[in-house]
Amino acid sequence: MSKPLLHVNDLEKVFSSRTMFRKKQVRAVRDVSFTLEAGKVLAIVGESGSGKSTIARMLTNLIPATSGDIAYNGQSLRDNRQLRKKLPTFVQMIFQDPFAALNPHHTIGYIIGRPLQVHRMVQGNTRSRVLALLRKVGLTPEEDFIDKYPYQLSGGQKQRVIIAKVLGLEPKVIIADEPTSMLDVSIGIDIMNLLLDLKEKENLALLMITHNLGSARYMADHIAVMYAGQVMEYGPAEELIQNPQHPYTKLLLYSSPDPWREQADHFDLSDAQGQAVSESCCSFQPRCPFATDICKTKPAAAVQTDSGHQVRCHLYA
Amino acid sequence: MSDLLQVRHLSIEYASPRGIVKAVDDVTFSIGKGEIFGLAGESGCGKSTTAFGISRLLRHPAQISGGSVVLDGQELTTLSNDEFDKLRWSKISIVLQSAMNNLNPVLKISNQLIDAILAHDPSMGKEARQRAEQLMKLVDLPVDRLDSYPHELSGGMRQRVVIAMALALRPSLVIMDEPTTALDVVVQNGIIRKIVELQKEFGFSILFITHDLPLMLEMCGRIGIMYAGKLVEVASREQILQKPRHPYTQGLLNSFPSLSGPKQRLSGIPGHTPDLIRPPAGCRFCPRCSQAIQECQTLPPPLVEDAGGQIACHLYSEEGIAREQASAACERS
Repeated sequence: MSKPLLHVNDLEKVFSSRTMFRKKQVRAVRDVSFTLEAGKVLAIVGESGSGKSTIARMLTNLIPATSGDIAYNGQSLRDNRQLRKKLPTFVQMIFQDPFAALNPHHTIGYIIGRPLQVHRMVQGNTRSRVLALLRKVGLTPEEDFIDKYPYQLSGGQKQRVIIAKVLGLEPKVIIADEPTSMLDVSIGIDIMNLLLDLKEKENLALLMITHNLGSARYMADHIAVMYAGQVMEYGPAEELIQNPQHPYTKLLLYSSPDPWREQADHFDLSDAQGQAVSESCCSFQPRCPFATDICKTKPAAAVQTDSGHQVRCHLYA
Repeated sequence: MSDLLQVRHLSIEYASPRGIVKAVDDVTFSIGKGEIFGLAGESGCGKSTTAFGISRLLRHPAQISGGSVVLDGQELTTLSNDEFDKLRWSKISIVLQSAMNNLNPVLKISNQLIDAILAHDPSMGKEARQRAEQLMKLVDLPVDRLDSYPHELSGGMRQRVVIAMALALRPSLVIMDEPTTALDVVVQNGIIRKIVELQKEFGFSILFITHDLPLMLEMCGRIGIMYAGKLVEVASREQILQKPRHPYTQGLLNSFPSLSGPKQRLSGIPGHTPDLIRPPAGCRFCPRCSQAIQECQTLPPPLVEDAGGQIACHLYSEEGIAREQASAACERS
């Protein structure tokens, strides 16, 4: 096994807000640990509010972690100014909304070229490097695109510009936060194929954040399913999709439309909504049809099951 | 099955500074009584504009430039606004995409529901409150939520309120424009199952609009596929699942990563949608189509009805089928 490029250990993020009379704390992410190797794709799946984007923001140092450790190539991000300064050349992020991520005042050539200059990635002619990057992401003829403005491009083309910009800094890790959810499906699949091809060619590690299990299966080697800030199940992608263990993973799979599958086992959907308020129980317990007494009194710990998954559930303890 | 809604040659245009955008161009389909009909396509294909055209929600600079819409024997396009308003909610109602924008934030749920009921049936009086309570039960919401404000409800609950509202006066047609797109899959699943259950119970017809083809294939009986303002194929759910005919339908289906079956590389559809001010001379899908033949570049294919449904593609015209058979025979010999 090759050495992991990214090592995340017990990551936690608490957002606090204070009004005049009370202090409110939200534990957006807790007990999250995973590793990511070069040439591999990890997908983080979960509903809105499960903490998946918060993880991406901590990994790119956009927000500090409350506790826990993030290490790139064995070097911890904590108290390491040197690493933080050159972090953009190591990890780059692709955001969800390509329509909002490009400055409308600048040409595509400037948008892709500027980071190259800031991080001193090119000596001399930036333009030829930008042209090469445009070619790499399939925006050809590249001479036509370099002087255009963002409004002249379609959504899929904008997302390709962002990918070109990200690749310019030659990162080892790319974090893609819902890269296709704003795009039409036929365009989105092209973007996913592009990311997969680039991952192969450049030996990148890819962390993909999505709410769509189908895209996760298509892209990923491993999938982590998040709920209420915790990883509920983690395992090899195909294994996890075909043989889900955690009740929440089962619920997600059951709820995802897929007309091609054979009729799935009926899943007894609990009507209860919302997350457990107390931290002294399993956070999925209010919605779980299999919940027993222990689920209400003790938080579940992650356990390794026979099929190679890590499952955070009392049923497997 | 008799038809509840007949849309014939409907065209809708937007006036823009660069010229006229034909957002919906000569669209013809019908929905039977008690049928769930799906209209699928990518953004900008005209599916929502079609729905707005039917329910008269188009605003300037959009206008219906031709065609007819007949609901239960009554022509809708020639009605005055006052006459149309009488049909709203009672015969035809619409559920829009973002539930949060549909409800008035400063009024309690109860007031909004009762308002809608009383506007059409002032004689209800105090019974309106009871009716509102029934409606809440119908969509599995606790009755005491009637006295909540919209911000106190989750997105899924608000969407349920909007669905309850749409059903308040027992309309015969409910148009649902991406009713669950902004919601998480688990919540989406709950709402879709509720919609199908209510549809079975009350027998109204649904025009269901979404870009999520797998979702549509799970719930709709018949499906129309739109591309760049044109209806390109109408077929039953089974037909689309087993043997989609139009190259665009095939491409669209091949763009959704599935959760079952073998894991294979998907191809998507190369290129992008055409400019609707100056659409291609022939078939609008021709520039992106891998199976295009010569006619496709010059001649727009008409929407023809045949055994498999309706299709607008030269490959399935008589000459197209003949040519295919000839080339197949050629290969054999």
